[in-house]
Amino acid sequence: MKFINYLASITGIGAYPLVSLFIFLLFFIAVGVFVFKGRKEYFKYLEELPLSNND
Amino acid sequence: MTDNNKSHNLEKFSYDNTIVKWFAYATIVWGIVGMTAGLLAALQLVFPVLNLDLPYTSYGRVRPIHTNAVIFAFVGNGIFMGVYYSLQRLLKARMFSDFLSKVHFWGWQLIIVLAAVTLVLGKTTGKEYAELEWPIDILIALIWVVFGWNMFGTILKRRERHLYVAIWFYIATFVTVAMLHIVNSIEIPVSFWKSYSWYAGVQDALVQWWYGHNAVAFFLTTPYLGIMYYFVPKAVNRPVYSYRLSIIHFWALIFIYIWAGPHHLLYTATPDWAQSLGVVFSVMLIAPSWGGMINGLLTLRGAWDRVRDEVVLKFFVVAVTAYGMATFEGPMLSLKNVNAISHFTDWTIAHVHVGALGWNGFLTFGVLYWLIPRLFQTKLYSQKLASMHFWIGTLGIVLYAVPLYWAGIMQSLMWKDFTPEGQLRWQFMDTVTKMMPFYAARAVGGTLYLVGTVMMAYNLVKTIKAGSFVANEEAEAAALSTTYVAHEKDHWHRAIERRPVQLMILSLVVVAIGGIIEFIPAFLVKSNIPTISSVKPYTPLELQGRDIYLREGCYTCHSQMVRPFRSETARYGEYSKAGEFVYDHPFQWGSKRTGPDLARIGGKYPDSWHFNHMQDPTSMTENSKMPAYPWLLEDQVDVSSTVGKIKAMQKLGVPYPEGYADIAAADMEKQARVIAASLQNDGITIEADREIIALIAYLQRLGKDIKGEKKETAEK
Repeated sequence: MKFINYLASITGIGAYPLVSLFIFLLFFIAVGVFVFKGRKEYFKYLEELPLSNND
Repeated sequence: MTDNNKSHNLEKFSYDNTIVKWFAYATIVWGIVGMTAGLLAALQLVFPVLNLDLPYTSYGRVRPIHTNAVIFAFVGNGIFMGVYYSLQRLLKARMFSDFLSKVHFWGWQLIIVLAAVTLVLGKTTGKEYAELEWPIDILIALIWVVFGWNMFGTILKRRERHLYVAIWFYIATFVTVAMLHIVNSIEIPVSFWKSYSWYAGVQDALVQWWYGHNAVAFFLTTPYLGIMYYFVPKAVNRPVYSYRLSIIHFWALIFIYIWAGPHHLLYTATPDWAQSLGVVFSVMLIAPSWGGMINGLLTLRGAWDRVRDEVVLKFFVVAVTAYGMATFEGPMLSLKNVNAISHFTDWTIAHVHVGALGWNGFLTFGVLYWLIPRLFQTKLYSQKLASMHFWIGTLGIVLYAVPLYWAGIMQSLMWKDFTPEGQLRWQFMDTVTKMMPFYAARAVGGTLYLVGTVMMAYNLVKTIKAGSFVANEEAEAAALSTTYVAHEKDHWHRAIERRPVQLMILSLVVVAIGGIIEFIPAFLVKSNIPTISSVKPYTPLELQGRDIYLREGCYTCHSQMVRPFRSETARYGEYSKAGEFVYDHPFQWGSKRTGPDLARIGGKYPDSWHFNHMQDPTSMTENSKMPAYPWLLEDQVDVSSTVGKIKAMQKLGVPYPEGYADIAAADMEKQARVIAASLQNDGITIEADREIIALIAYLQRLGKDIKGEKKETAEK
């Protein structure tokens, strides 16, 4: 049995690419909002993480 | 911010430095081995005598040894060195299990040794950068899981609630490499050291370059970006320039990178939409890549004066700059008009090496120079020697890349050059001869780079001898409270940062999207691969010949893909169609034309030409740089494997008649005798059971099906 048959038998597979694109857009808008609205002290804390060891 | 951490008593624990030390040693040793193999391959192109007329040392086997060694052995061990050091410290926890660390280390070294031995012996799948055969593929998957298990175990028992951005890059690396490796390695075993790719032709090409490109993305780039985000701030002793930028960098990079694979297949017989998708996403890649580069370089803000004195910073600055150059060049090479010139030439090789020598190599060297003195509680043996390494290495990169840029563009323009009368101006061989001074210069550049690496090894050995190793570095930190007290304005992304498993799943979703969109239509839509009725499965003898072609790594120098350009159709014949490759498990389009394209070689020369050419290439083409293959005249074809091979192909959907496997050997013998007789007519006496006969059968078949179609049409 060719590989194609397994994929073709998925119901409504044609919508997958569109759904993927939609998830991508939403996700990046959300990341953008987070980055620009995030609090300064929080990022300050995170960026100091590698420097908190004394070695 | 640290309320959750501070509310508890400090716990004492220790960091495991031994595993870091082992991976560091392996990085140095395999680095030298891999680079030496690369230098040998470079010299073989100038002096074919260095192929030694032996199967084990011929270019087609040395080149995959070089690529596999530098990618998976040198950079691979470099990744683990950086991850095992930084992960423990960023999470304030010892690695989850010392036993798993050991299994990971020794398992990875075993894979490397098995890879080296099998590649020397010609056991290969014939898919670039995924040449290792199925038992090793399974071992890689298992050891990779051990690495992930150990990493996630550490993350789960961490003493720092928030995951620093470097760890995100490590998680994305783990999950994506697992996905790429498994999907691309789906193959059907024929014997213990032989398998056929599950995919064929166009589909195989799309999957392979989705894998191949993302091996660059998720093996050579994302883990090294994680290392950059940890070690550059460490070495400069100041935080990364912009943490916000690093978040955008991470998500944008992993999402966009996964789509860019088809830019390796521009103007080939892949569907146009897939090519366009590859181009668009490749161009988009400039943004996150340069965001990362700027973030790395600007971390040195206010500390640039220290670059003058500190050799580690010198290496880091050149590494990050090389990353910037390579990631600007990559999208440019993805533009179709540029790719029309660059593809199949040494321009690509130069591009890759700016990334490999500059970004991966120099970042690794910088980390080693920073790390080893710390692990051994001493100072670097010689700053001066390290500085010399920096300069000789930089000079090596320039001397490596510049000649190849020049030569690549020159050769491409020669391939495309027509006389006013409309004839191709240059024979292919003319263009090869012109390359020699440039290949020689490249080998000088490579030698300098290797000498620098050996100098580093000496410097580090001296440092190690002078120091005393701290196997378990004492540390203390508060344990995490079991309940997390959320802040008033907590944001969803912060929640993800605290939850590594969700972060992994989200990363997988993000990278899977690109793959799904690329593959599903290619597998589903029949119009993507129009069938050609005259294209028939290979005969058993041709199939055996094809496997010899794979074994000898012919694809490392010869493409089988005529692009639709006048200069190519005039030189090689009609451009390649997707339907011609439906029985090619795996596809053999190649990525480099050190020698001419072979897609239409069938019937171009008599059998005797191929015989003489394989025995001694210069007897047919003066100044040829191709290795000789005298062993093909002596070794017999393994007839016993034929039944298994035909049956495997049948399982993959190749339409051999039912029960054909049982009579295949007889067919094979018949066809072999015809070729032996044709050679006899030209005065060459050879047994019909020799490998050369099978190889000739395969070469004479290439591109013939479509000629048959034309004949059929004419007859109608």
